Amino acid sequence: MKEFMMIFRMAPIGDFQPTPEQMQESIKQWQDWIGGIAAQGKFGSTNQLGFTGKTLKADGVITDGPYAEVKEIVGGYIIVKADDIDDAVKLANGCPILFMGGHVEVRDIMQIDL
Amino acid sequence: MEHTELLIPHLFRTEFRKIVSVLSKLFGLAYIEIAEDITSDTFLLAAETWGKKGLPENPTAWLYTVAKNKTKDYLKRNQLFNKKIVEEIKYTSTSVEEIEIDLSNKNIIDSQLQMMFAICHPSIPIEAQIGFSLRILCGFGIDEIADAFLSNKETINKRLFRAKEKLREEKLNMEWPTINEFDKRCQAVLTTLYLLFNEGYYSASQNRSLRKDLCVEAMRLTYSLTENEKTNTPNVNALLALMCFHSSRFEARTNYEGEMILYHEQDEMLWNKELIQKGELYLHKSAVGNNITKFHIEAAIAYWHTQTNKNKEKWEKILQLYNVLLQIEYSPMAALNRTYALAKADNYEKAINEALKLKLENNHLYFALLGELYVKIDKQKAMENFAIAIEKAKTLQDKALLKKKLAEITL
Repeated sequence: MKEFMMIFRMAPIGDFQPTPEQMQESIKQWQDWIGGIAAQGKFGSTNQLGFTGKTLKADGVITDGPYAEVKEIVGGYIIVKADDIDDAVKLANGCPILFMGGHVEVRDIMQIDL
Repeated sequence: MEHTELLIPHLFRTEFRKIVSVLSKLFGLAYIEIAEDITSDTFLLAAETWGKKGLPENPTAWLYTVAKNKTKDYLKRNQLFNKKIVEEIKYTSTSVEEIEIDLSNKNIIDSQLQMMFAICHPSIPIEAQIGFSLRILCGFGIDEIADAFLSNKETINKRLFRAKEKLREEKLNMEWPTINEFDKRCQAVLTTLYLLFNEGYYSASQNRSLRKDLCVEAMRLTYSLTENEKTNTPNVNALLALMCFHSSRFEARTNYEGEMILYHEQDEMLWNKELIQKGELYLHKSAVGNNITKFHIEAAIAYWHTQTNKNKEKWEKILQLYNVLLQIEYSPMAALNRTYALAKADNYEKAINEALKLKLENNHLYFALLGELYVKIDKQKAMENFAIAIEKAKTLQDKALLKKKLAEITL
């Protein structure tokens, strides 16, 4: 099996502050989805990204926020094991970001022999 | 006379391992066979002497004294061994009389823990580690080990022989691992104890008292790790908690005929409350530091299984713990159990959908799970899946249980 990375992107939702119940429900949705991938033995690793970020540009300018000039931000990623890209896309089905107005970008991970 | 006959097997179980560990530490692990021979001879002499003359006042002290004398005799008689070994024995004296054979409580405990680390060395195949642990750390007879593994004496003897060869090849000694190596080696010990426990808990052997003995021994060894400052880690406490929770259902999970009783059909009154409380204590002790291990998660899952409430909250907790466990380490059993928890916490349709993705077609339990999930939704499919499960099941016990399940479905 090969490794693929799924990148979760969505438009930032301004000052949205979820209630503890909404947070709980969101955690369950993500964990159930990831657990389903892990139950197939196809889980690699995952990280959720926070809301603090800075961007360094080539001219040395540092700007605040990861979303200075983009419409969407990356909310996190997961690395999965799949037979091929179609198999990996199948795993992306049910990803909670899809129900939050976002989308999943599935990419193959290049193996570089040094 | 009758008393002696009962006492000797008991003392063999409790004292054999202690004397062997102390003598092996004295001689060096490469000579473990000599330590075993001397200890066996000691018990042989005890059986003869006590049978004729009656029990000594303190049988354990008698055994220790005889073992010490036999060791000194052995060293004296075997000049070659004497020259070779006495140098290896880290004593400055070369005279046999001056060699101290330390059967103090402290040295017994230390020697046994160090023996545990030596036996559970990664270079020794895991099934040999378990067999070897049962022999050297638990004082089990070869017959009993063969029975537990559903194997025969020859196979077990070969396995132990190869393990001893490995000890020599790898030049393993009975010292504590270095600080750098400690975590890894401790993990290897815990894995062996975990498997030893599972061997007893899930073994197909019909011998229920033997299986219980395996669990008790695994718990005793794990407990001994909590008694030592060096080895009393959060991980060890989590493993002990896990064992306590599981073994609390030991009486409830089989009936008088030795047939398996499934979790949701068990009489909860038979769950051992004392063990559940002990488990809670160790689970509490395991909750220090930042390191969450597989044993922590498994212990937490086992904790929720000891709760008698039937509400969704319990199954939701179990589902979330399985989600985490599977991210730490995949196993087919965890995948199946996670799917069952999903059915209970959410709904059966969702669980069927997830189950079909698992692709565990070689595992009879996979079809048993599908059968179980389909019962309320599609009886025809439930029956088909149970039929495949029966065909794939390896033991008669499993087949019988599944046939009962199949028979309970009424169209």
